[in-house]
Amino acid sequence: MKYAYFPGCSAHSTARDMHESSLGVAQALGIELAEIKGWTCCGASAAHQTDRALAASLAAANLVLAKDMGLDMVVNCAACYNRSKTANYEVAHSPAMRESVAHLLGQSYDGSVAVRHFVEVLLKDFGVAKLRKSFKQSLNGLKVACYYGCYLLRPPEVTQFDDPENPTILESLVEAMGGESLDWPGKVDCCGGGLNLTRTDITVQHSGAIIDMAKSAGTDCIAVACPMCQTSLDLRQKDIEKANGKRYHLPVVYITQLLGLCLGISPKELGFDRLMVTPTAITRAIGRL
Amino acid sequence: MTIRIKQQSASDSLLRIVENKADVSLNKCYQCKKCSVGCPVADQTESPPSEIIRRLQLGAGDELLKTDLIWTCLSCETCYARCPNEINFAAIIDALRSIALEKGVARPKGNPPLFNRLFLNTVKTFGRAYDLQMIALYKLRTGNIRQDTGRFPAMIKKGKMALLPPSGADKGKVRRIFSRLPKNKGTGK
Repeated sequence: MKYAYFPGCSAHSTARDMHESSLGVAQALGIELAEIKGWTCCGASAAHQTDRALAASLAAANLVLAKDMGLDMVVNCAACYNRSKTANYEVAHSPAMRESVAHLLGQSYDGSVAVRHFVEVLLKDFGVAKLRKSFKQSLNGLKVACYYGCYLLRPPEVTQFDDPENPTILESLVEAMGGESLDWPGKVDCCGGGLNLTRTDITVQHSGAIIDMAKSAGTDCIAVACPMCQTSLDLRQKDIEKANGKRYHLPVVYITQLLGLCLGISPKELGFDRLMVTPTAITRAIGRL
Repeated sequence: MTIRIKQQSASDSLLRIVENKADVSLNKCYQCKKCSVGCPVADQTESPPSEIIRRLQLGAGDELLKTDLIWTCLSCETCYARCPNEINFAAIIDALRSIALEKGVARPKGNPPLFNRLFLNTVKTFGRAYDLQMIALYKLRTGNIRQDTGRFPAMIKKGKMALLPPSGADKGKVRRIFSRLPKNKGTGK
């Protein structure tokens, strides 16, 4: 199993733990993630809020490289995933957009490279049955609130990730790891991450509602697959506690960090010490405290 | 409730420009308001999504470019995902943003357009985003230096904020993309 791997800018910044844990999991399972040489920023929100053709061209710049490699492109960051799939959708559906992208990029692109989230690869290509067999460690009933946010799910005709109102992909991974996935109402809500620096008040309000709901549902931690969500819920948790007048101390981890633990990788290698909220509940559950 | 608009002439209507830019037809909207009900920032905005559509349909002019939702919209795309007529309202908002930038009328609280410009500037320079530079410049330009600054040492220590700029990207390719954009778009340079 070999894929063209697009780490995304956050892999070397705010989401180093996401990157490290994904590489660790891939290696443990024998999945080859070949990093795309010379990859560039997908454009993120800044590009699509400025100009649609710019956004599609920046994302397509990496897709043409994956196409040359002749492989499906695997993305970890939900935002890069969304931007790359949107670029694919737009050039495939709009001849005008395809022309604009060809002009800006100086190269034509048809939208044909399959963009996959690493979680999809694990579930659909590797398979739950094989995953179960690979686990060396159980989550021992750890209560996990799976949180999806926006970019993996919406718009559904573009991402085609899971049911946009009640997704269950992450829950199926948690159950396979021996954790208890909680039924809770906030899993597809927006964390407000897009305005994290410019309108922190809005981010704190939305992420605060999500943290509060997850905590009320009785969870031990939140599992995410998006660096924007992780940053809003973990890095902003002190601001949220201040705004809500409550103490939560709720660890927010990447699903790949949990998978790595169950595959026997050490918490340090999985970037657990990079989290702002200490994940004591998790390390205690697996007996690595 | 009353919706007030300043009508424009049909030939240069904002509706038509927006529809073309977004590649979306607003004819199909029958005001079911599902978009506004699902919008996470609707309760804090002057006009929620369905009302912006109505204002466009009724012939609103450039005053609509100053409506706050253009820059408080989180691009969560819940509106689009739930629209029974599959109207891509997120694309409508992106079109309004881009027109507001072109006309120089974007002056929102927190200045997200400045943030976007600084972000894209780092991408143009390094081929990838460079958080530290973008955040430092944003803070200097907005005068909001103190917020979050106390958090940086921990972020740097935990490796969540890279000190050095990113390396390894095909910078030439990204610069070419920016250089081919019309002058009033992108990083504004």
